[in-house]
Amino acid sequence: MAEVSLKNVYKTFGKTEVIHGISCDIKDGEFIVILGPSGCGKSTLLRMVAGLETITKGDISINGAVVNKLEPADRDIAMVFQNYALYPHMTVFKNMAYGLKIRKMPKAEIKKRVFDAAKILEITEFLDRKPRQLSGGQRQRVAMGRCIVREPKIFLFDEPLSNLDAKLRVQMRLEIRKLQEALNITSIYVTHDQIEAMTLGDRMIVMDDGYAVQIGTPLEIYENPATRFVAGFIGSPAMNFLPAGLSTDGKQVELHGGIRFSIQNGDVPNHGGQEVILGIRPEHFVLAESKTAMMHLTIDHIEILGADTLVYGHFGEDKTLLTLRLPDVCHFKKNTVLDLIVSSKNLHFFDKESGKRIER
Amino acid sequence: MVEHRPWLTFLTHAILIFGMLLLVIPIYVTFVASSHTLHEITSNFSLLPGSHLIENYKTALSVGPKDVGATVGTMMLNSLIMALGITFGKITISLLAAYAIVYFKFPFRMFFFWLIFITLMLPVEVRILPTYKVAADLKMLDSYSGLIFPLIASATATFLFRQFFMTVPDELCEAVKIDGGGPIRFFFDILLPMSRTSIAALFVILFIYGWNQYLWPLLITTDENYYTLLIGIKRMLDVGEGQAEWQIIMASTILAMIPPILIVIFMQKQFVKGMTETEK
Repeated sequence: MAEVSLKNVYKTFGKTEVIHGISCDIKDGEFIVILGPSGCGKSTLLRMVAGLETITKGDISINGAVVNKLEPADRDIAMVFQNYALYPHMTVFKNMAYGLKIRKMPKAEIKKRVFDAAKILEITEFLDRKPRQLSGGQRQRVAMGRCIVREPKIFLFDEPLSNLDAKLRVQMRLEIRKLQEALNITSIYVTHDQIEAMTLGDRMIVMDDGYAVQIGTPLEIYENPATRFVAGFIGSPAMNFLPAGLSTDGKQVELHGGIRFSIQNGDVPNHGGQEVILGIRPEHFVLAESKTAMMHLTIDHIEILGADTLVYGHFGEDKTLLTLRLPDVCHFKKNTVLDLIVSSKNLHFFDKESGKRIER
Repeated sequence: MVEHRPWLTFLTHAILIFGMLLLVIPIYVTFVASSHTLHEITSNFSLLPGSHLIENYKTALSVGPKDVGATVGTMMLNSLIMALGITFGKITISLLAAYAIVYFKFPFRMFFFWLIFITLMLPVEVRILPTYKVAADLKMLDSYSGLIFPLIASATATFLFRQFFMTVPDELCEAVKIDGGGPIRFFFDILLPMSRTSIAALFVILFIYGWNQYLWPLLITTDENYYTLLIGIKRMLDVGEGQAEWQIIMASTILAMIPPILIVIFMQKQFVKGMTETEK
């Protein structure tokens, strides 16, 4: 049981600053996901919580006590690594028992804990095997088992599912979440996969280039992305971004190519007359009658996924490209013209220069 | 590749057999000679084993060749102590040196690594006089420590272990840290067991290296009690005007071959594993 608090945490390697002051309070029992593209510093941040990297500036505290100078062993944390980092010469049992053995726990207690954890993870039959005799998913479970037996204050996950195949990833994702809920241990989970982030996290921290761009629940972030970067990173396929101009009263949008439509509610009078970036998620386009349509899309290519259909096309004089996602199977021919509308609550505006969201 | 060319099969086998004979015949002759009396060898040497085999080996092991002053048994023991000392010493020191270089950050780390590496270019023969002087000043002449310690540092083994340690994922070290272990635990619980096969392979190579040392023991020992077998054999040949005791010399030679052969036979499996398999 633990609360974790990051206060203005900085990290520099040599002269390069890689984490530029991140603050976040993680509640007891919360599952928090750090999401970002590779190289954004998300693993570094996790490793700083673990104690594997020093903290250049700022404080990390667990249950109110600053742990900056504590060794990883003294922070009462457990970590699942991307490549699992199982000890190759030890059996599964010994792998799981090792941390307890170092902590001089009585043998009977070690045995009980390992067997209990193995039962939860359904790896009892593999306890005598070596890691190399296990499949990826089984190794993953052992790595989790090694954490569970310790009964730590905090779980740390460093992209634990990225070495698994797609199907197993979905299954393990669900299991990790169930396990975390059952044990109710504060967890920090690093990933570059936005679906993992959306499904696992109570809250997520979206990172870009060493900054925490947005912290919030997955739905908050999906509905109100704070910047253009977040908007493009969350959601698949990615959000469409269209350069647009606002009318002086902020009630109308004009796209390149002479397409204009009015914003029904939630107009932006403060930004009237500005050039902005309009963001529309592919799933928010709706087919409409020709006369009410906001835009007319000529289809270039479609991908039928079964549950839904991805349509790639262009519109307007300058052939702006657009991706949409329509429910069900849609058999459209190439070069068909689709008439589309978007509910105005699903329009996102971003500042052209800073990329920041324009609040409505 | 499946080939059915009888001629090729015949030719390859012929070459193999020829090569094998080339290696085996001298050893066979040595063995046969060790089973005859001196008179039989010098007058009428037949290529069939004689009847004095046990007698010759007994003499070699318990009485020893004349003029040398030590029995073959003693010299074998000396050789064994030296070879094992060098082997264990080299492995221990190189493991520790490689561990320090790979896992610890200290000032001039690379400088020390290159310093070790440069010694690869200086074989025993090049530095033999200064080494002798040091050994003499430390009063290590005619002692086991004198035989072992000057040969114990090994750049090759250090380099080999360094390369191996660098292939061990860093996460293992971090996992131990999180599990609550320090550097000593990581070394003994994780790194050492993982290097088991490399150690076995090195053991074979280094034991034979140690057993076959000639120049250094020759320089440093004057007391017969510290002679190694190889020096002993050389001494047996230095009889001047007299008659060398060939049957004893040959018996000693065969005895000198046995320990390395045993090591290779018993450690062959680990040796091959260490050269080919990586456990990761």
